[in-house]
Amino acid sequence: MHLYDDLQDNMNQLTNVLIVGVGGQGVLLASELLCDVAFLSGLDVKKSEVHGMAQRGGVVSSHVRFGKKVYSPLIAAGEADLMLSFEQAEAKRWIHYVKTDGWAVINIRKLVPPVAFLKEMNYPENPVEDVRKRHEHVLAVSATEMAQALGNVRTANILLLGVVSRFVELKKENWEQAIRERVPKGTESVNLKAFHTGRSLQL
Amino acid sequence: MAAQFMKRILSGNEAVARGCYEAGLHVATAYPGTPSTEILENISQYSEIYSEWSPNEKVAFEVAMGATFEGARALVAMKHVGLNVAADPFMSVSLVGAPGGLVVVSADDPGMHSSQNEQDNRTYAKFAGYPCLEPADSQEAKDFIADALKISVEYDVPVLYRMTTRVCHSKGIVNCQERKEYPVIGFQRDPKKFVVLPAHARVRHQWSTERLDKIRRFAENTSLNRIEPGDPKIGIITHGVTYQYVKEIVPGTSILKLGMTYPLPFNKIRKFFEQVERLFVIEELEPFIEEQVKAAGIECEGKKYWTNLGEMSPDVVMEGLIRAEVISKQKTVVKAEPVIPRPPVFCPGCPHRGVYYVLSKLKTVICTDIGCYTLGVLPPLNAGDTCVEMGASIGVAAGMTKARKIGKGIVATIGDSTFIHSGMTGLLNAVNNRSAITIIIMDNRITAMTGGQYHPGTGKQLNGSETRKVDLAKICKALGAERIKVIDPYDLKQTESVLKEEISLDELSVVITNRPCALYPPENRKQVCEIPFRVNHDLCIGCHACLRVSCPAISESDRLTEKNKTKSQIDTALCTGCSVCAQVCPVGAIQRIENR
Ligand SMILES: Cc1ncc(C[n+]2csc(CCOP(=O)(O)OP(=O)(O)O)c2C)c(N)n1
Repeated sequence: MHLYDDLQDNMNQLTNVLIVGVGGQGVLLASELLCDVAFLSGLDVKKSEVHGMAQRGGVVSSHVRFGKKVYSPLIAAGEADLMLSFEQAEAKRWIHYVKTDGWAVINIRKLVPPVAFLKEMNYPENPVEDVRKRHEHVLAVSATEMAQALGNVRTANILLLGVVSRFVELKKENWEQAIRERVPKGTESVNLKAFHTGRSLQL
Repeated sequence: MAAQFMKRILSGNEAVARGCYEAGLHVATAYPGTPSTEILENISQYSEIYSEWSPNEKVAFEVAMGATFEGARALVAMKHVGLNVAADPFMSVSLVGAPGGLVVVSADDPGMHSSQNEQDNRTYAKFAGYPCLEPADSQEAKDFIADALKISVEYDVPVLYRMTTRVCHSKGIVNCQERKEYPVIGFQRDPKKFVVLPAHARVRHQWSTERLDKIRRFAENTSLNRIEPGDPKIGIITHGVTYQYVKEIVPGTSILKLGMTYPLPFNKIRKFFEQVERLFVIEELEPFIEEQVKAAGIECEGKKYWTNLGEMSPDVVMEGLIRAEVISKQKTVVKAEPVIPRPPVFCPGCPHRGVYYVLSKLKTVICTDIGCYTLGVLPPLNAGDTCVEMGASIGVAAGMTKARKIGKGIVATIGDSTFIHSGMTGLLNAVNNRSAITIIIMDNRITAMTGGQYHPGTGKQLNGSETRKVDLAKICKALGAERIKVIDPYDLKQTESVLKEEISLDELSVVITNRPCALYPPENRKQVCEIPFRVNHDLCIGCHACLRVSCPAISESDRLTEKNKTKSQIDTALCTGCSVCAQVCPVGAIQRIENR
């Protein structure tokens, strides 16, 4: 009767990365960049997100999957090897997508939605702690402050990708090439610095 | 050029555009609509193809239809509900044909990520008797365009190219090739074909029925429909992105992947049925394939295990297979925890904010329409009572007014692009029938909701070149409106006094707002930005009046008043200085930043 109990075999060869945040935070750009790196590494890659409300403060999530052969553009719940959240409450919203032994990298940043003052539902007191209660492998990063210290707040996302690069098997040179090609002209060196700062973070 | 054969990462929509380029397309038209919009935006980057935004889907369809009559290879793209607007030419051209080739892209939105319904437009293919092609990823989204054009030319038939949000907006690696050129044959006069008088049409109906029979035979042999042999215990017929989920959840099973979902290859399906012990149809939305397979007397299971509501996903496919006892429970499904929602809001500096803030205070029925301004319906503004489909606001307001005892006081709000799309005839009707409604045209000079596309009121064409800019006030005047007021939606006092007066009248009135979108086109953004505001915490009394204008730049701060109320704060990086919040602050605590 139960034919396909080995069905996870095919999935296991893939890397599933979920990138989440709030519209305007640069989720889509970060996932584009990760796609580029996988592509440069000669892997098959798919990514999926639904845009539309991205500019208007809505919830944004992007699924990136790479490996030898990728079929589904979507990650199934509980199958993400890694989640990168640009915002604390969003990490809580999506943590059920992460595998038990997967990692959650969370940017220590709170963006309280404008509807919060209606008090129909409160912004969580301490979302990172809530995530820790549910999940073992959590890494919280003060990317904004660290990027500020590097002299450019806008490099926070690249710094976080630097952290991500620790968890996925993609070559450093490919990361560097993708960053150089994606970031605005003139900001290549500060972004590369941000990437290496994230990559060499003490875990 | 070697670069032309490159592998690229493309979205489904980018891939369609690339496919058009490679397949020698001549003419492409569209009216924007998520998730189809980027198809034309990307086609416009190929100078070999003439492309345009048309004012609505019907016109876009007719322009593409003219092009194919001229013997050109043409494509028209729209979101699923756009095909309702274009349904008249779509249905009738069936009897004429598409001599140069015509691809009709319908981008459906299962799950309604950004639509008012989730109609399954494969139904339209059956309705009109057209072949329906459904790509399953970016590579196919590109490759199938050439197939679609080939079928279209060969059988003299429009092809419905059915995409879904997930295919349109997912990215994958695509092998690109060079462009092939085709001549534009030129119009071949033939009134018996191109003029569907009843006498001609009767003959053509016979012709189109025979055409469909020929396409049926083609469906049996085309590689668009392929059997992937595997474990014979179960066989799965599937299509589109659902194929990808099936491949992942039950790798190694027998699959019949349909790239062409109408007309169906029943012989192939029967052959497949005989190869497997149990036959399933796993399809997104309606049981379109399943019902036809069953009607052909082939036993199969489908919607018994998979809902016809919403979007397919790996999880949905898996859960159905568990219910069907094909696979056993694999994992304990972890539940999502509820987290505060983030409903989309008007951007900082959005010109719609002032109007809806004022409307939220006036006690009247508001028939709104489709666009960014629909967001005014959400809390805290709660301004908007009806919204059905594009252009409906004016007709609905007129109908409500006519059915009421006091035949006045109802407001219709409609965006500039929507007014041009399908609001003008509603206005003409309201004038003609003397409906005492107040129509507010929210003129932000762009189609904002779909990402900032030009329309005839913007003075620019798809490729950015200048053209005549139509004047909305003049259009309204020409349509017979006599009272036309232009207001500044950043000026709350003026907005309120004008709206109060117009709503009280016994006659039709048009109010046009005159501030551009704060987001699109990007080069406008600087123009919109003025000196930002901040909250003077010495003055703030924590009344939260500013929070009620629903601006992403304004939030509660950690600072408390003596009565323990949170004081507000403004993110100056987001604030555009529109001043709406400053105007609602009762104590003047919101002040422009000095010395900047
Ligand atoms: C028939 C149809 N075509 C296209 C769409 C997609 N769509 C939603 S709103 C909109 C137009 C919005 O422009 P406008 O009326 O100017 O309002 P704005 O968003 O700029 O405020 C479009 C094209 C749709 N919903 N229905």
